[in-house]
Amino acid sequence: MGRITLDKVTKSFGEAEVIPPLDLTIEDGEFAVFVGPSGCGKSTLLRLIAGLEDVSSGQIRIDGQDATETPPAKRGLAMVFQSYALYPHMSVRKNIAFPLRMAKLDQAEIDRRVTGAADVLNLTDYLDRRPGQLSGGQRQRVAIGRAIVREPAAFLFDEPLSNLDAALRVGMRLEISELHKRLQTTMIYVTHDQVEAMTMADKIVVLRAGHIEQVGSPLELYRTPRNLFVAGFIGSPRMNFIEGETAARHDAHTIGVRPEHIAVSQTEGEWSGVVGVSEHLGSDTFFHIHDTGLAETITVRADGEVGFRHGDRIRLSPRTDAIHRFDKQGLRIG
Amino acid sequence: MATQHSRSAARLMMAPAVVLLLAWMLVPLTMTLWFSFKQYLPLRGGDLGWVGFENYVRFVTSSAFWPSVQATLIIVGGVLAITVVFGVLLAMLLDQPFWGQGIVRILVIAPFFVMPTVSALVWKNMFMDPVNGLFAHLWRAFGADPVSWLSEASLFSIVLIVSWQWLPFATLILLTAIQSLDSEQLEAAEMDGAPSLSRFWHIILPHLSRAITVVILIQTIFLLSIFAEIFVTTQGSFGTRTLTYLIFQRVLESQNVGLGSAGGVYAIILANIVAIFLMRIVGKNLDA
Ligand SMILES: Nc1ncnc2c1ncn2[C@@H]1O[C@H](COP(=O)(O)OP(=O)(O)OP(=O)(O)O)[C@@H](O)[C@H]1O
Ligand SMILES: [Mg+2]
Repeated sequence: MGRITLDKVTKSFGEAEVIPPLDLTIEDGEFAVFVGPSGCGKSTLLRLIAGLEDVSSGQIRIDGQDATETPPAKRGLAMVFQSYALYPHMSVRKNIAFPLRMAKLDQAEIDRRVTGAADVLNLTDYLDRRPGQLSGGQRQRVAIGRAIVREPAAFLFDEPLSNLDAALRVGMRLEISELHKRLQTTMIYVTHDQVEAMTMADKIVVLRAGHIEQVGSPLELYRTPRNLFVAGFIGSPRMNFIEGETAARHDAHTIGVRPEHIAVSQTEGEWSGVVGVSEHLGSDTFFHIHDTGLAETITVRADGEVGFRHGDRIRLSPRTDAIHRFDKQGLRIG
Repeated sequence: MATQHSRSAARLMMAPAVVLLLAWMLVPLTMTLWFSFKQYLPLRGGDLGWVGFENYVRFVTSSAFWPSVQATLIIVGGVLAITVVFGVLLAMLLDQPFWGQGIVRILVIAPFFVMPTVSALVWKNMFMDPVNGLFAHLWRAFGADPVSWLSEASLFSIVLIVSWQWLPFATLILLTAIQSLDSEQLEAAEMDGAPSLSRFWHIILPHLSRAITVVILIQTIFLLSIFAEIFVTTQGSFGTRTLTYLIFQRVLESQNVGLGSAGGVYAIILANIVAIFLMRIVGKNLDA
């Protein structure tokens, strides 16, 4: 079980209110991802749930029980830190066994669980090494191992992959998702990488300055962002925003079109512009188009084979059913 | 880019310093060795010629030798224990945020800058004097008989004085070590269900082990040669005659330079054994 409810939770550091009153429910077994720009309070929120910070007001409930005043060790949550926070003087085996030793389990049970976790995480060959003798990815797995042996009600991850290189990150992303499928335990995962958010989450919580901007499944956020901030934050490359006359024709203050929803052609299209930088990724090509009279640059995605040159004048046509409309306050219309 | 040329130039330029340093060390060492094989009594006939190992034998067979080794060990061990235990506690205390932190930290370090002679005199006259000392007043305030510290608890008093001088050093080194501990490790341990005592035992203390070894190593080398504290307090009486003090007495009080030099050679050997032993520990620690 691991249903976590935040009820009007706030957090201030001295004068500075980092989290204004915030309500959020994370269902049992859900993979929830907190995303948002740097400094928006993601880590703070996670640490509040973990109990490493005290809330300034409000209530945190775990499985319906008030846990606001419960010390971290008693909440039944396990956390994986960005720096891994492994104990450098202990072997991998002792690191993983540490929470079990603290819980005073008998040695046979400890051995059984450590072996099990090492099996799941491919750490069996490294059990007698020190953390200093492991690669980044292996350390990450040890940190996860230390979390899973406790069989917690929920896992908390604070940017666990940000110290890994790109290839390893993709691998670990899959492993964590795999782990979630297998254990069916609630996971809360903090990241500022929206690819991680989109690929792993059941539920994404978009934060800005401690406020929840939107909560929903990845596709919900992609298809119907509630405001300009979410629209700009989810999706890569960013959505194009167009104001002024063109937007007014759609009865909106601002309209947004994603790069993948604009077709390019030499001859036909509603808008026209000059090709600036092109980014060739092989499968896709992203063109940055200038001089459209709509916005400074419009980014469009085209097939990898499309070969426009720098300086070519081309025409663009947005998919009409994929135009997002926003009012003056930046809220979604329709 | 150490080319042949620049390397020989470097050697040439370092030569004066190296020669000076060697002379500085080698001359006294050679002279000590030289005298240790001689019967040399400056006020009673001067240089009376070579005597082989007689001085060495006499030094260790004299009735004062083993008690002085014992006194040395008690003082060094006592001071090490006190400074390490209280150093760790003080360092953890000073690591907590509190008002006036900067000033308090400077005050804690202050005793280290007081000259040993001065601090020993201050302790002797202001605190431990059985008539006018603060401790005597304190004891009388509770209706107890004042203790004559330096004669009744002489070793303990000296350990106390020396500890007071070296505690700041230990605290300072341990404080910087504590400050380098990743706070996420402590938080992880907290989440793992470790109460504060376990966190201290399993996380903080292992993290400090290297710094503690360094403190022990450096202090041992300096503590083996403490002198001023004994000289101005007990003058080596009441069982406080350490090896260093014994050598001093042999040379200056008995005016027997040969015997004293032999003691000096023993002290050199002892200090080197300690140094090698401790270097090994530190080396092992630094590898891990
Ligand atoms: N202990 C603290 N004392 C004072 N202010 C703090 C403290 N911890 C965090 N803050 C402030 O709270 C805000 C949110 O910090 P937080 O670490 O939660 O951001 P974040 O979303 O995790 O950012 P990042 O993506 O960079 O990790 C920041 O403005 C930060 O300066
Ligand atoms: Mg953070």
